[in-house]
Amino acid sequence: MAHTNDKYYVPHGSHWPIVGSVGLLLTMVGVSGWLNGGDISPYIFALGLLVVIGMMFGWFGNVIDESEGGIYSDQVDKSFRMGMSWFIISEVMFFAAFFGALFYTRNMALPWLEGGSNNFFTGLLLWPGFEAMWPSNGPAAIGGAFQTMSAWGLPALNTAILLTSSVTITIAHHALRDDKRGMTAIFLGLTVLLGFIFVYFQGIEYIHAYQDLNLRMDSGIYGSTFFMLTGFHGMHVTIGALMLLIVWIRVMRGHFTAKHHFAFEASAWYWHFVDVVWLGLFIFVYIL
Amino acid sequence: MSAATSNDATHDDHHDHGPELTGIKRWLYTTNHKDIGTMYLVFSLIMLFVGGAMALVIRTELGQPGMQFVQPGFYNQMVTMHALIMIFGAVMPAFVGLANWMIPLMVGAPDMALPRMNNWSFWILPAAFGILLATLFVPGGAPAGGWTMYPPLVLQTGDAFPMLIFSVHLMGISSIMGAINIIVTIMNMRAPGMTLLKMPLFVWTWLITAYLLILVMPVLAGAVTMLLTDQFFGTSFFRAAGGGDPVMFQHIFWFFGHPEVYIMILPAFGIVSEIIPTFARKPLFGYSSMVYATASIAFLSFIVWAHHMFTAGMPLTGQLFFMFTTMLIAVPTGVKVFNWAATMWKGSMTFETPMLFAVAFLFLFTIGGFSGLMLAIVPADFQYHDSYFVVAHFHYVLVPGAIFGIIAGVYYWLPKWTGHMYNEFLGKTHFWLTTIFVNLTFFPMHFLGLAGMPRRIPDYATQFADFNMIATVGAFGFGLSQLLFVWVIIQCARGGKKATAEVWENPVGLEWTVPSPAPHHTFDEPPVVK
Amino acid sequence: MDIKRKIAAIFVGLLSTNVVLADWDLNMREGVTAISREIYGLHMLIFYVCCAIGVFVFGWMIVALVMHRKSKGAVAAQFSHSTKAEIIWTLIPAVILIAMAVPAAKTMIKVEDDRNPDITIKATGYQWKWKYEYIDEGVSFYSNLARTSNDARRLGSGIDPNSVPNYLLEVDNHVVVPVNKKVRVLITSNDVIHAWWMPDFAIKKDAIPGYINQVWFIAEEPGIYRGQCAELCGQDHGFMPIVVEVLEEEAFEARMASLKAEFGTDAPKLAASQ
Ligand code: HEA
Ligand code: HEA
Ligand code: CUA
Ligand SMILES: [Cu+2]
Repeated sequence: MAHTNDKYYVPHGSHWPIVGSVGLLLTMVGVSGWLNGGDISPYIFALGLLVVIGMMFGWFGNVIDESEGGIYSDQVDKSFRMGMSWFIISEVMFFAAFFGALFYTRNMALPWLEGGSNNFFTGLLLWPGFEAMWPSNGPAAIGGAFQTMSAWGLPALNTAILLTSSVTITIAHHALRDDKRGMTAIFLGLTVLLGFIFVYFQGIEYIHAYQDLNLRMDSGIYGSTFFMLTGFHGMHVTIGALMLLIVWIRVMRGHFTAKHHFAFEASAWYWHFVDVVWLGLFIFVYIL
Repeated sequence: MSAATSNDATHDDHHDHGPELTGIKRWLYTTNHKDIGTMYLVFSLIMLFVGGAMALVIRTELGQPGMQFVQPGFYNQMVTMHALIMIFGAVMPAFVGLANWMIPLMVGAPDMALPRMNNWSFWILPAAFGILLATLFVPGGAPAGGWTMYPPLVLQTGDAFPMLIFSVHLMGISSIMGAINIIVTIMNMRAPGMTLLKMPLFVWTWLITAYLLILVMPVLAGAVTMLLTDQFFGTSFFRAAGGGDPVMFQHIFWFFGHPEVYIMILPAFGIVSEIIPTFARKPLFGYSSMVYATASIAFLSFIVWAHHMFTAGMPLTGQLFFMFTTMLIAVPTGVKVFNWAATMWKGSMTFETPMLFAVAFLFLFTIGGFSGLMLAIVPADFQYHDSYFVVAHFHYVLVPGAIFGIIAGVYYWLPKWTGHMYNEFLGKTHFWLTTIFVNLTFFPMHFLGLAGMPRRIPDYATQFADFNMIATVGAFGFGLSQLLFVWVIIQCARGGKKATAEVWENPVGLEWTVPSPAPHHTFDEPPVVK
Repeated sequence: MDIKRKIAAIFVGLLSTNVVLADWDLNMREGVTAISREIYGLHMLIFYVCCAIGVFVFGWMIVALVMHRKSKGAVAAQFSHSTKAEIIWTLIPAVILIAMAVPAAKTMIKVEDDRNPDITIKATGYQWKWKYEYIDEGVSFYSNLARTSNDARRLGSGIDPNSVPNYLLEVDNHVVVPVNKKVRVLITSNDVIHAWWMPDFAIKKDAIPGYINQVWFIAEEPGIYRGQCAELCGQDHGFMPIVVEVLEEEAFEARMASLKAEFGTDAPKLAASQ
């Protein structure tokens, strides 16, 4: 059991948590009001976001100072690592809910609507003539006819991009471990770049879907699962890329040592996570 | 600006006892597990009263047949809010509060592993419940679709709808951060020699609970997010016309929901397992099987969820599978009950208030468990489902289960927190009143359910009148008794007989090696456990 | 119900279940179908199993609580485990549960066997009423809460529910079915989820918008049977009861004829598709 005997650093009071809570409160109140059509709500929402972002800079600022100030024991470092890994696991479960929805509707709901299993009368009386296949926007063809995104265009390219990016980040990591700062900076920068290119292509893909394929978020269950899965993934790529960007800036500022670079590793783990999720998406949403 | 956390702070400052900050800032900025634990506990007590007051509105309307006091729509709002507030506002924060206070003391850690995040997880709660309670005042009123939020009904909620979704998101964020903190503390902060199988059971049950939280809270977040997009962004997750299925929400919700109910009982198991050995003056029987039983309960809880949906029209094989897995849970739970009994057997028992509540827990939780088992029998559940029999079941496991566990823990550790003994006579009085009234309130509900009274109705056929009257009387009695509880706590915090470090007759555990009240900073030097 | 009786009721309810048994229904109804009686049997079986285990566990704990208390001068033994005991109380419950699961599974299989019914009725839930369509009979009608109940249940209506016959359990149009015939009910909804619950037939099934669930029953005794919507469906969830009237063959035919005359509409036809 890894208990190092030097004392654990217990930080003194911090005002960032309470700032963060206020920020979240404003954000949530704002977005709720917005959805209900309140006209000042968008501003409350924006304000809330600003506060949250400010909180992050302030809070992480403190942590960075402390860590650069060398008051963190190995044990604190370990706490951070464990914390990050469990956070990533919770993220995995969030995606699991949406993958679950995809499998459930594809393999159960649609066949039932057609009259399968114990739903003979569902098909016969409610949706006569409906045939379960995938892709589908349901018996009422919500959103009208649409085409699907072919896997072998942009999506395949994006897969290549993400895979490359997780290679580059690994190179960067090794470089950092044996103190090759230049290498680190270059390959980390490359990773960030690839990340943003991915997001850019995703954007193009969405425009293509809406304009040419009539594939929209309201295109029945296919559109729902497609956009929710890829959308939330895209969001996470953006976040991951921003994290890496900040790490890059810190590398340029000479932060981190060959031994201690938790922030780097945390962002790298996160990056691998979005990478793996994408593979799942590519297989289950695009190919199959 | 960031002086409060300036990096020149070194651990030496920690030798001064008492908080660094004073006044309101102490509570807003604190990173101290004891302060945060206290805030959690106070918050949950307030929420118990808010949710309880709503329960009393429910009981008042149900006092006799006919609509006397509220409109049906408002009644449904009360039912929904009552459940959400009790589960997410009272029970869960209470357990997190106890974890904050006791886990570092029990494993010999100076504090929680991530103290700032610890503070944040607490301070998100007031925001979440601020939003939730505010729904009572928006057009369309509070959510009224039941705490299970089934679509399409929940989509008929007024302006409260997005507020409901986002407050659930906030509760989720808070619990996940709390759970991460607890896992990391237990895994990384234990004193030298405190091996996993030397940890007190309260620590074990909380460790497993924390895993459950991390695995299911995000799923709930996903489910309500789908509700949100179905409502505002035209997705069809729960719309048959678009190829979705309303029942899919129930599957996702209960994949969270069933583990959730064990999240609300496992820490109580832990508390009881701490208290009974102390007052039986005898080591806990079958420590390791207790640990394994807890783990298997947690595992099984992931494959039983559809027992809440037996009437939703699952294929036969599904119904049978979920019936079998659900019944299985009785085995590890039974192991626990038997181990507790064996711990008392041939002990030398005394019955201070914590022990009284722990013993009542054993009896009444088991009764709730039995009714649970009856609900697991699919064909019989066709009769029980959505009747007051279910309401009786879950109140038995939640009120004399979870809530009694919490109350027992509070009486058990209160002297350690305040440095004073509480008033034993008032404590015992509180116990007897609470135990009598809780049964008066919830036992008749078994009869009502079997006789055919559906749940979630504001008015009922006249043959149900008498038992409802009894339940209502019981509820008010129970409520008033809790005012006594509050008084005992205040009195004990204010003063009273000085408590020794041990408090009880040589109890086991590191928490009893530090003075009472526990100084602001404990175990700066990790103790060594042999 | 005057206050005196209420007080009395409370104490009676507290003290003696026998007295209670006398004038209030405490237990599940046996019902009037083979399945409902079987389910009642399962219910009693699991109930007695739990009672037995309860007697054992509680008895054990009570003995300990009485005998092994310090005030009685008991000195604590120090044993802390016994593998044998723990194996026993893992296995025995497991065996009991398997013994429970088998009959339950058997009943389930019967419940799900809805082949070749004599008549098929489609029940559709609405906020807040039921619509019934007799497939192939060309009869369909709505069934609302009876006027008398509906007036009495208004907030502060001043009408004493006890003065209303079958308060909240009466509707304007009963569903009529023939006795001793296999009746299949197709259950669905037009808006939110409802549930069709008929205790005397041991039937409860959710009405899911966009999907159809099916149940069946063979009622063995003529009579009027009452149930309620059993899934929260909005403000008037408590006010959409279900009433099924089981009639002898010829009485049934007669009623169908008059229903046709009254509500004759184009209810769905299935004969072709089956
Ligand atoms: C703390 C919370 C908690 C706990 C611990 C439990 C424990 C159990 N619950 Fe309960 N349950 C709820 C909270 C809880 N439940 C809630 C809130 C609902 C309603 C949700 C809603 O719809 O709003 C619900 C609903 C619910 C249903 C759905 C009913 C319906 O809607 O139709 C079912 C069905 O199977 C069920 C079963 C069980 C079982 C088998 C257990 C088992 O874990 C019990 C095991 C314990 C014992 C069996 C007793 C001790 C054991 C022995 C002494 C050993 C020997 C015993 C035997 C061999 C029998 N519960
Ligand atoms: C941990 C969870 C928890 C707890 C502690 C409770 C506690 C109580 N519950 Fe609750 N309940 C649920 C969880 C819980 N409940 C859930 C999940 C549901 C299902 C919701 C749904 O269907 O969606 C439910 C539903 C529910 C119903 C069914 C409503 C319906 O289906 O129509 C009823 C009815 O009696 C009820 C009653 C009570 C009562 C009397 C208490 C009492 O124990 C409360 C006692 C506490 C107090 C009373 C505190 C207060 C004291 C004061 C306020 C001071 C003033 C007091 C006086 C003047 C007397 N609850
Ligand atoms: Cu219809 Cu409840
Ligand atoms: Cu459950």
